[in-house]
Amino acid sequence: MKTLSRIIIAIFILFDVYLIGKILLVDKNFQVLNPQGIIALQEKNVGLVALFLMFIVVIPVFIWALYVGTTYKEGNKWAKYAPDWDHNTKLQFFIWAFPISIVCILCVFNWVTAHKLDPSQAIASTNQTMTIQVVASRWKWIFIYPEQKIATVNLVEFPENTPIHFELSASDTPMNSFWIPQLGGQIYAMSGMATQTHLIADSIGTYRGENAEINGAGYAQMTFTAKSVTQNDFDTWVSSVKQSSNPVLDLTTFNKLAQPSQDNPIAYYSSTQDNLFTTIVTKYMAPGKGMERM
Amino acid sequence: MEQFILGRLTWDSLPHEWFTLGGTCAFVVILLGVAIFLTRVKRWKWLWMEWLTSTDPKKIGIMYIIIAFLMFLRGGLDVVMIWLQQTIGTSNAPGYLGATHGYLSADHFQQIFTAHGDIMVFFVTMGFLFGLINLIVPLQIGARDLAFPFLNSLGFWLYFAGVVLINMFFVLGGAFAATGWLAVAPLSELQFNPGVGVDYWIWSLQVSGLGTLVGGINFVVTILKMRAPGMSLMRMPMFTWASLMGMILVISIFPILAMTMILLTLDRYLGMHFFTLDNGGNAMMYWNLIWMWGHPEVYVLIIPVFGIYSEIVSTFAQKKIFGYTSLVVAVGGITLLSFSVWLHHFFTMGAGADVNSFFGIMTMWIAIPTGVQIINWLFTMFRGKIIFKSPIYWFFGFVSTFTFGGMAGLLMALPPVDFQVHNTLFLVAHFHTMIVGGALFGIFAGFTYWFPKVFGFKLNERLGKYAFWTWLVGFFLSFVPLYILGMMGAVRRMDTYSPSLGWQPLFTVSLIGACIIMVAVGLQILQVIVSIIQRRENRDLTGDPWNGRSLEWATSSPPPFYNFAVIPQVHSRDAFWEMKKSEENKQHPKGATSSERTGLREAAHSVVAYEDIELPKNTPMGIYLSGFIFLFGLAMVWHAWLFVIIGLVGAIWCVISRTFDENTEYVLTAAEVEKIEKKNKS
Repeated sequence: MKTLSRIIIAIFILFDVYLIGKILLVDKNFQVLNPQGIIALQEKNVGLVALFLMFIVVIPVFIWALYVGTTYKEGNKWAKYAPDWDHNTKLQFFIWAFPISIVCILCVFNWVTAHKLDPSQAIASTNQTMTIQVVASRWKWIFIYPEQKIATVNLVEFPENTPIHFELSASDTPMNSFWIPQLGGQIYAMSGMATQTHLIADSIGTYRGENAEINGAGYAQMTFTAKSVTQNDFDTWVSSVKQSSNPVLDLTTFNKLAQPSQDNPIAYYSSTQDNLFTTIVTKYMAPGKGMERM
Repeated sequence: MEQFILGRLTWDSLPHEWFTLGGTCAFVVILLGVAIFLTRVKRWKWLWMEWLTSTDPKKIGIMYIIIAFLMFLRGGLDVVMIWLQQTIGTSNAPGYLGATHGYLSADHFQQIFTAHGDIMVFFVTMGFLFGLINLIVPLQIGARDLAFPFLNSLGFWLYFAGVVLINMFFVLGGAFAATGWLAVAPLSELQFNPGVGVDYWIWSLQVSGLGTLVGGINFVVTILKMRAPGMSLMRMPMFTWASLMGMILVISIFPILAMTMILLTLDRYLGMHFFTLDNGGNAMMYWNLIWMWGHPEVYVLIIPVFGIYSEIVSTFAQKKIFGYTSLVVAVGGITLLSFSVWLHHFFTMGAGADVNSFFGIMTMWIAIPTGVQIINWLFTMFRGKIIFKSPIYWFFGFVSTFTFGGMAGLLMALPPVDFQVHNTLFLVAHFHTMIVGGALFGIFAGFTYWFPKVFGFKLNERLGKYAFWTWLVGFFLSFVPLYILGMMGAVRRMDTYSPSLGWQPLFTVSLIGACIIMVAVGLQILQVIVSIIQRRENRDLTGDPWNGRSLEWATSSPPPFYNFAVIPQVHSRDAFWEMKKSEENKQHPKGATSSERTGLREAAHSVVAYEDIELPKNTPMGIYLSGFIFLFGLAMVWHAWLFVIIGLVGAIWCVISRTFDENTEYVLTAAEVEKIEKKNKS
């Protein structure tokens, strides 16, 4: 019985080790650890440096725990027993000073990196920054290109090596979190609010974009594709979106588009109404139905 | 008129889906089973007189733990349902039972993880902790009772009312909130969640939160005012210190939760606009308020557990706790710091670098007192003689899991890292490492440690160790994959995902881990059953099975209902240890065996004069009052205004009638005490 249960447990563990190992060795799907842009790279490095600093405290503590746990057992004759030893001022000083010193370094590191990697911070680059406006709605992402005057749904395309200034808001949805793991961290897209983040892609590629904040039934499938292409390809793409028989995104079409719907296919809009984004952000400032009743 | 009586409740809202029907059946079967059993053994009256109406903290503590354990099974079932869906619910998979992917619809899936979170935090961890604090703190401080025995009974029954309310949709139908465990606005507003789900959430937590609040007040007053003579604050056992800090936190933060939910209630019931999208509502305010409560709340869960570890380490290392003052300062420091970190739950809201790094730095500071505690525990063991019983196993399990979880937490305190892992499964893994590997392991350790004190016999040691190892393996298999998934960009709360992402194998591992944990829980149940069967072999006659240090071991196991026949006089920390030592020095200079120690205690008692003891009477008023409040809450959920009025009026009537009841205590004469003590000894 005992052997049998041990064998079963061993099989379970081996199977799990196999599954995890397969992913670690074979799969290259570690989006957060495989950054494709300078922001995501720096964010990853911040984490690695902090991890290294923490190990300075944690590893000695683990070794100490192992030593204490194996040495001072009942029945171990040569281990010293001092039942009343409960205080040592110098030792207490060290016990506090050791973590404090590491945490102080981490705090400075925190302050510096939080400012350096503040999402509202523009990215220094030889190429000029491009603005893309993002509107989250239930359950799709709408991208408005104010400079090119086009719009897309669930697909955002931009030139490589160009800093992108994302301005984000939402329309009639609970909070949403805009995230392209391989390019950089999340920022919330909130109805009636405008937030911003700066991201850049180092080379051409297709990246997964997703929503990280629950906002109702279609939440899990509210994903989009982010594509970085060469400047030439981008220009061609813009003109193809413009010239084709794609519809125009004005306030009426937008309101229709922003109605709750799931699994939206990628869509293109050949032109957009001026100040559409501002209109969406400020729409809750107008007196609503509740006000009229008063 | 029908609207006035039944509100929104119609035939259509009664349970009709397979999962609510299943829940209903389980509910009915369990209730019927219990009822039939009680009738067969003719224990109804006994149950009512001895237990349900009791104001004895030891009995209330046991009831807390029983309910918390039942809810633990209920929340655990949710876990398996969640992981099963995430394992089979890839976006190309076929749907079963009417779902598009897997076997649960998105809405149902979201209800399950919401219920899982709320149940595990409010009704399991809090329930276990209140149970242990009820059982042990009065004994540790040498008190016969709590400061407000009736409030304690009321607190328990409000907690129970919350438990029933959160499960009420199994009986009356409707749905639970599909919002995540904090029901963040604006998702919880009428615009997005018009059904009864969020209302169930509001009233369940509002009612049980009230119970938690009165419990917290009760324990703070008890610890501050009812300690045995000579027990100054700096002589209190660490568990009492930690409970005091935890309960101070409860008093400070639960009003915030209540107020936040009242604002949400006003939005939902009276059309106000605190957190709505339009008309000047500001949902970000809700996030700030709920996390101002929510972050200290997780410290309410962990701080008393730190106290449990302190007790266990010192007892099983057979050594004075090292750095007592440091530990007190550390626990106090965590309590204070916990108020200034809430914004780290939404660095991604775009508050700017100054605000974010301020809260990030405050968060990092918490690592200092936490680390200091762990190092001090290890120094307590240094030059000790560690007896490796299962509580110590749980302690080492805690050190290994909690340290890794803490590192993950520190990483997330860095805003740039948080941007990449916020709301991912990495965060879920971190949180569970802290609450399961920290709080729950500590609760199991404390349960094993204090079980003989409460029931008079020890738990089976071998099964306890099996349960520990199974738990540990299951724990790592469940949560390590989640850390990895977070790194792969998997966000939390997904009911479905594309199979091309390569996440499915990891979810499978997690599901297997969950099943192993279920086996571990099964072993724990088996441990209790086997221990009950073998209770004669494991009986603790000394009252001091572990060679303990604090006052709870100075009385018999189980303690008499008045706890101490004679209130002990405290002269130092580790009061009971010192008592034993001074007795030994007097009579047996070379040390005494355990049976000799029992003899000593009896000898000590026989010469002492007993005194009259004033004790609180049992009262059913706590049940009536929380019953009316339950009715009020349930009727509010369904807008059944007639019952709202009945509930409210009934509750007020109960309060008034209790206020005028002056006959709430009775006196146990010295002669009776002596009789009981003599009987217990023979």
